[in-house]
Amino acid sequence: MIRLEKRAQPSRGWTIATPIIAVVATMIAGGLMFAALGKDPVEAIRTIFWDPLFGPFASYARPQLLVKAGPLILIAIGLSFGFKAGIWNIGAEGQYIMGALTGAATALAFYPAEWWIIFPLAILAGAVGGFLWAMIPAVLKVRFGTNEILVSLMLVYVAQSLLAAAALGWLRNPEGMGFPGSRNLAQWAATANPELIAGTGMHWGVVMAFLSVIVAYVILSRHMLGFSIRVTGQSPRAAAFAGVNPGRLVIVCMGVSGALAGMAGLFEVTGPAGQISIDFNVGYGFTAIIVAFLGRLHPVGILLAGLLMALTYIGGEMAQLSLGLPAAAIQLFQGMLLFFLLAVDVLTNYRIRAARREVA
Amino acid sequence: MKDALLSLRGLTKAYPGVVANSDISFDIRAGEVHALLGENGAGKSTLVKTIYGLVRPDHGTMTLAGQPYAPHEPRAARAAGVAMVFQHFSLFDALTVAENITLGMENPPPLKDLSARIRDVSDRYGLPLDPARIVGDLSAGERQRVEIIRCLLQDPRLMIMDEPTSVLTPQEVHILFETLRKLRAQGTSILYISHKLEEIRALCEHATILRLGKVVGTCDPRVTSARQMAEQMVGGTLQTPARAGNVTGEVVLEVKDLSAPSPRAFGMALKSVSFAVRKGEVLGIGGVAGNGQDELLLALSGEMRVADGMVQFKGQPVGRLGPTERRRLGLLTAPEERMGHAAAPDMSLTENALLTGAVREGLTANGFLNWGKARTFAESIIKGFDVRTPGPQNTARSLSGGNLQKFVIGREILQRPDVLVVNQPTWGVDASAAAAIRQALLDLASKGAAVIVVSQDLDELMEISDRFAALNEGRLSALRPAQGLTVDEIGLMLGGAHGMEVAHVAG
Repeated sequence: MIRLEKRAQPSRGWTIATPIIAVVATMIAGGLMFAALGKDPVEAIRTIFWDPLFGPFASYARPQLLVKAGPLILIAIGLSFGFKAGIWNIGAEGQYIMGALTGAATALAFYPAEWWIIFPLAILAGAVGGFLWAMIPAVLKVRFGTNEILVSLMLVYVAQSLLAAAALGWLRNPEGMGFPGSRNLAQWAATANPELIAGTGMHWGVVMAFLSVIVAYVILSRHMLGFSIRVTGQSPRAAAFAGVNPGRLVIVCMGVSGALAGMAGLFEVTGPAGQISIDFNVGYGFTAIIVAFLGRLHPVGILLAGLLMALTYIGGEMAQLSLGLPAAAIQLFQGMLLFFLLAVDVLTNYRIRAARREVA
Repeated sequence: MKDALLSLRGLTKAYPGVVANSDISFDIRAGEVHALLGENGAGKSTLVKTIYGLVRPDHGTMTLAGQPYAPHEPRAARAAGVAMVFQHFSLFDALTVAENITLGMENPPPLKDLSARIRDVSDRYGLPLDPARIVGDLSAGERQRVEIIRCLLQDPRLMIMDEPTSVLTPQEVHILFETLRKLRAQGTSILYISHKLEEIRALCEHATILRLGKVVGTCDPRVTSARQMAEQMVGGTLQTPARAGNVTGEVVLEVKDLSAPSPRAFGMALKSVSFAVRKGEVLGIGGVAGNGQDELLLALSGEMRVADGMVQFKGQPVGRLGPTERRRLGLLTAPEERMGHAAAPDMSLTENALLTGAVREGLTANGFLNWGKARTFAESIIKGFDVRTPGPQNTARSLSGGNLQKFVIGREILQRPDVLVVNQPTWGVDASAAAAIRQALLDLASKGAAVIVVSQDLDELMEISDRFAALNEGRLSALRPAQGLTVDEIGLMLGGAHGMEVAHVAG
């Protein structure tokens, strides 16, 4: 029999070690899976983790790292605020879509003007769009006690329908010869969100992601808001005793995550994606949940986890192309990462004792 | 010893960094009520857990009725005839008495037969209890009867009782003692753990005193004074809190016709509670837990908002204000539940100092935290209230109950409140820490603050209160001067033993 014994203090060493152990365990289990699929496991792992950075096609893959990591980090930072407080916004994907829609619509209202103010305005509109979309589950929760997990998740599908309606209808490019999709925002100087340093993939969204890491770090460790969030997550009654208003905290946390997700959507639609299209969203909002937990809801952890997740995306695509691995195997591989992380996570708060049975 | 039921010989149990039990030997005779005394951390609970099969000793042996006894789990202990009533009840509120008892049994008989047996046992031992009632509606005393009957159904030879009277009214204590004396007359031995020395003097014929894991003495409580026993427990002289004298200052906190539903299921609504406290006064509010104490605390702390005029602080209505605003004015509280309410278990003491100290101690500026200042504040609490911990970076969870309570009370006192409301300030706290906490509350009052102490411990309330009131079923009795109140009068103010004290007790 093995037994779990709660530690008096969460182990600092394990807090850092568990993500590394999880990554190694994922490589081993993933390697076994790839071997079972008839592929060379070492080559597959190398293709996923090594080739995107240093392989023969690295010059193409490397910029993609930041392009993919940027929105993941930006969204995950926002989500971590709520997750730390036990407020579960699962609908960042919807807020991401709504941010892109409101931002793009605001910008396109000025087309074809070339004022510099349009881009900042679009960013603001994107943030507001995501914020307002997140306010729906937030206000319903505070006012009527609804479950924010369900409401925010359902609103993703509503947002997807709105996206389709916009791409086919009211945002469709009038000069697009009837094809669905908006005007290309990346090719319009007033809204273009280009690569800032050639060959790095760095665009304004990535800059914003890095900024959000720093601001989140300061807020969570040095500001009353961060303290309130942590107390609420750890013991809600102590938080109420301390004077934290739980309703206000729900609004703030949902609002922050919605606004950041909305901004991420806007940066994507003005940059890498270029236009509003039916299949504009590719799941960043959901993957960001994994990133947030992989980074243990810590801003620096999220930064690293976002980069790692982006790496498995790019490496996974390369493995599909060069090794013919099925897409499902790659998704499974990414799922394993979260699975192993949560499994070894227990070691942070508990120690394992091989023990005789002492039944309480 | 020939007539010993349970003999302990050289029991030793060490945990990393601490020897909980060191070479403990004593005998419990058949048909005796044997008291186990000691401060928190003296090793009582480890010893009891060893006897009940929850902990295995590193060394030492036990003999039960002449047979070697080494239970490896509670089931084995129960099979050998050892039963235990824990301090904290493990009952499901939503189920009936009989259903709760069924859940703890290995081969439960049909519910109808069991109900008949419950009635039979409750009649025989004078413990009135209806098997069909929902546990959520029972008083604490009645809940304890469920636990006791659950034990008695096994026909135990030795019954261990951990702090059984901490939740009972005087009348309920009386009923319990009648039951225990009946059990003793039938030859059942009882190992009785309590901090209340007067009770032990009334009930037990033998006492073993533990200090720091060792047996430091034995005595016959019937002929030993409570003070002598306490000093053996502490290993020094005990300080009795000293009162500074009565004060009749201006009214600082007034509660007017406070009625509010409980925010919890199975909670107790407050019904027209009215009282006023003056500067320098200690007001004691007695009563069995679950009669509105938690709700009153929530209404005073600001966690539960009530109508504006229901709570008035220095003449200003504050009923709608939240905890932070009330703290800013000078109305501070310390709730009963230390872990998870008064303190966040997984946070450091520095963070816990910040929890309520942010406003009055100026630990924040423009919303940004001043960790250095918070740490200094935590250190001053640790120093000023003798909190035993390596330092403020340790989590609240790592502190013992008494130490955390000193920290929680100290945190509020150091913020110089005008009114301090504390709920069960010494619950589960050992004698010397309890004395220190009481003295600190009295010192605070003598400096001009009004102190409201909500407690189940009537001795405590009589010791420190200027005036006394009882909270029963959500209603507060009239305030009476504490001096001169007799135990019987208090018992009546508390509503008696829920109208059951005379039922069935024969002989």
